[in-house]
Formats: sequence, structure tokens, C-alpha cells
Amino acid sequence: MPLWLFLFLAALAVIAALGVILQANTVHCLLGLAINLLTVGIMYIGLGAVTVGFLQIIIYVGAILVLFLFVIWLLNLQAEGFTGYLGLKVLVAIGTAAFAAELALIFLSAPRISKVVAPLSQDSISGLGHALFSDYLIAFEVTSALLLAAIVGAIGLARRVPLSVDETARSGVGGRRLGETEQSPEQTAGGTSVRPRGITGRELDATVN
Amino acid sequence: MAAHSEAGQREANNEPAQTRALALRLIVLIDLVIGALKALVIILLVLNLTAVLLWFERKGSALIQDRIGANRAALFGVGRRIGLPNLGLVNTLMADPLKLFTKEDFVPEGADHFLHGLAPFLALFPILIAFAVVPIGDVLKIGTRTINLQAAHLDVAALYLLAALGISVYGLALGGWASNSRWSLLGGIRASAQMISYELALGLAFLSLIVTYGTLDLQEISHAQGGVWFGWLPRWGILIQPVSFLLLLTAGMAESKRVPFDVPEAESELVAGYYTEYSGGKQAVFMMTDFAEVVLTAVLITLFFFGGWQVPWLYRDGFHFPNGAFLRMPNYVVAILGVVAFWLKTVFFCAFQILVRWTLPRFRYDQLMRFGWKGLLPLGLLNLMVTALVVVLMGVKY
Repeated sequence: MPLWLFLFLAALAVIAALGVILQANTVHCLLGLAINLLTVGIMYIGLGAVTVGFLQIIIYVGAILVLFLFVIWLLNLQAEGFTGYLGLKVLVAIGTAAFAAELALIFLSAPRISKVVAPLSQDSISGLGHALFSDYLIAFEVTSALLLAAIVGAIGLARRVPLSVDETARSGVGGRRLGETEQSPEQTAGGTSVRPRGITGRELDATVN
Repeated sequence: MAAHSEAGQREANNEPAQTRALALRLIVLIDLVIGALKALVIILLVLNLTAVLLWFERKGSALIQDRIGANRAALFGVGRRIGLPNLGLVNTLMADPLKLFTKEDFVPEGADHFLHGLAPFLALFPILIAFAVVPIGDVLKIGTRTINLQAAHLDVAALYLLAALGISVYGLALGGWASNSRWSLLGGIRASAQMISYELALGLAFLSLIVTYGTLDLQEISHAQGGVWFGWLPRWGILIQPVSFLLLLTAGMAESKRVPFDVPEAESELVAGYYTEYSGGKQAVFMMTDFAEVVLTAVLITLFFFGGWQVPWLYRDGFHFPNGAFLRMPNYVVAILGVVAFWLKTVFFCAFQILVRWTLPRFRYDQLMRFGWKGLLPLGLLNLMVTALVVVLMGVKY
């Protein structure tokens, strides 16, 4: 990757990252993050890590950020002004300044990179596969077990405890049962197909009529 | 090109070093021009195909539904005077685009102007760049130069395709959100939920194919489908990966958000879904995106399952028929036949998708989600496992 391209992408990534933290509108912030991750992915590709770069784009930009978008919509996050207590602001400012100073110190005192680490092999994907399934097999399997546990946990949290039949009927929640599909056209046009459980179509017809 | 090299040779006697540098620069320039031409040809083919599909959609649906269809506009009545029926070509290819692009570009009140304007292009752009890695033909030899008929030769082209498809969600989601309308927002949410759900099935179909062919390079996948089985049966991918074919066809149609998967823009529920609040040129761009996705799905099906640019029994030197007959052909004829075969197959699968659109009713939203997550996803996983087992245990190298 030529230097000018790297500088361009780096500048774009930094601007996008600033956009994430400086904008008020959450969807705009998300777009900034998407541009940032995309740019970093392109940088990976330019530096020779082609597979990692594309995976970064597929996973982060194509999947995880769309999920973020859903969360923003779900929580209905609105643009907010900067509010809060003055003392808190001062405290946060001091903390941030200390953190920035620390980062600057680390960057300045870090040893220069003298040689580029050789890639795993010429064929990057099969090299990656061999490395994952031989040298790093345990780490790989532990990670997959962790992800599986997370998925099971998420489903457990999201699952609604099924109500008993009486409760369902009382709360008016419940699906259509088999054998209840025969409806008169007027009723179908009327809209709702959700009907208290335990009442047959004929009974409901009678109530409506 | 010949003239350039002659000039180069004449000068070579005078100042060798300088001329060599010049020749080198010329070669780079020629490569650049060829690359740009390839990209231009592919993009123009795709864009024109979208317009022709729009015509086929209108006139074809009229044929299917026993209507007359678009027949109003004509150029000076030339066709009628010589007794031709009005095929609606002027209507759909000239009048409609003219109307769309001269309409008022309306932005609703309270909309996010910037994102509202950006969204159609965010939707179209990733689909169009996906065609860059599609090999539309074998190599073409001109003089000493061998041209690979693929705009960008990429080792990990399959990953590139998935990345492009992954990004294409944003245009729809943001278009729906930025319009400040309930219909649009619902359409945008449905579109993004549908697309990330069906991308899983699409990715699994891709993975099975990658395991089968052992490469991510689309040109190599096309090459692998050359040759024959039993002396006559073309080695096309559909014969060894039929389940992947069904997965890719279904998930691809769901990605293009057309009937029966058109819940994001269901006109009987959401007016036009995520592009309800769009008018004029921007709406045209959204429609173009839909058709470009149809073309992309057809291209992927052709590429992975129907031999890409392979013509049955056609090799690099000519036809080898099953009965032993041989027809020698020059390279350029073979290359052109390959390109024609590729686009014929693509047009066939585009037409197939449009026929499906006018045949099936729309899924309900919960049916759509159940079908994607409980139907296609387990099927894709199973197919991947079986494929991997067969490849490892039997040592099948495609």
C-alpha cells in the first residue's frame, strides 16, 4: 500500500471515529462507526491481510452494526444535548486528560517496528485454517463453546415463560388453533386473527353476531 | 497497439534506456485502459440488463395475466404505420425513465435530508461493485496479450461478494429511517431483518461451494466446471450441489426483496415500504437496485451451478462432441461464445425470477422469518456438514 493511500485511509478512519463521538444523532454516530470499520478493513487488505480485511467488513459492518442499528431503533434513542453536573464533567475531563497523556507516553516510548512479520503462508485462508485447527485448536474450541453459551443465554433471557391456558385466555394472548381457520370473509377482512384461546370460531361468530 | 510497438522499436536504436522506460509506461497504460474497458463493459451490461428486465417485468406480467400491458408511448407512430404491434419498448425504456428523472425530487418534512439523499446510492453501489469479480468469460488472446475476462481478479472473490452483499443493507435501512414516515421505517426494519436473516443461508450455500471446489477464486470455480462426466454430461455444479442451488436461489430471491419475499415493500401493507417517501430519480435508483440484485442472483447461480461461461463440450481449441466429432475454433470465437453463453444463462435465470414473482403470493412476515431461520438455516448447515464429510472421508477433489 502506497504511503499516500495509507495516509488518506488513516485520516478517513480518524475523522469517522471523531464523528462517532462528536455527533448528537445516534444513527449518524453509527454511520461514522461503519465508515471507520470499513476503512480499517480496507487498510488490512492493503497491508496484505486480505482475508482478515474482508472478514472484518462482513462481520462488523455487515452484521454487528446492523444489530446496533436495531438496538438504536428498539430503544428509540433520540439526539441528546450535553447535560450533567459540572463536578462530574470536571472529573471526567481530568480522567480523560490523564488517559490521553498515558496513551501519548506509550506511543512515544514504544520501540519502532523494524521488520514486518511474515504472513502465515502464501495461501492465506488455508494457512489460517491450519493454524486455527492445529496450533490454536484449544483456544478455538473454547471460544466456540463461549459463543454457544452466550447464544443459549440470550435465548434463555429472551424466552417468554409460557402462561397457563387460563391466563392466556384471560390476557387475550394466544395464537389461532388448528381447526379454527375457517372464517367468514367478512371476519378476515375485519383484520385481527388473534383470538382468545379456548373459544372456537363458531362461538366467536356467535358473540360477534 | 502494433503501431506503438513499431514506434518503440524504431526508437530503441537511438536511446535504449529511455525507450525501455517509455515502453514500460506504455504497457502499464495499456493494462490500465484494458482494465477500465472491462469494468465499463460489465457495468454497462448489468445496467442495460436491469432496464430490459423492467420491460420484461411489465410486458411479461401483462402476458401472464392476460392483459395488454404498456402500449401507449411510441416514436412518431413509426411502428404502427408499418404494422408492428406496440411492444411497450418506448414506454418502459424511454418514457418512464424520462418521466422519473424529470419529476420533482420530494423530501418529506422532518426527514434527514443528508441520509435521505444518500440512501438510494448506498443501496445501489454495493450491488454494482459486486459484479467486479464476476468472470464473464475465459481468456481472450489478442496478439501476445492474454486478457482474463474478469474486471478484477481476486483470490478471495467469494468473500468480496459476501462483503458487498453485507453492506447493501444500509441503503434500505437508512432510507426507511431517514424518511420520517411510519411506513418507511417499518419497511426499512423489515428489509434489514430479512436481509441479515437470509444472508446466513446465502453464506452457508457459499461455504458448501467453497468446500466443494476448494477455492474462493470465481474464475477457478468456472474452470473446474469444464469437461464432462461419462463422456457427455457437463460437469456443472448443480449436479453435485443441488441443495446449495436451492439455498442460493431462495436466499438470493429473498435478498432482492421481490415476491414472494417482498414484505419490506409490500404495497398492500406499507404503500411501498422503505421507499414510500421517495420520488423521481431516487426512486428509480431504488428500483434499479432491485433489478440489479435480480441480475446478481442470476449471475451467482450461473457462476456456481451452471458452469459460468462454460459451453457444453466446448474447450479452448473448439468443440469436442460426445460422438467424437471435433470442430476447431479460433480463440476469439471460443471466448465470445463463452461470454454469450454466460449472459444467456444469466438472462434465463433473471426471467425465471420474474416468472416466480408473477406466480407466487407473498409470504407473511412470521412465515418469512420461520422459513429463513428454521428451514433454510438448518438445511444449509446440514448440507455443509455432509459436503465436508464427503470431501474429507472420500477424498473427493472436484
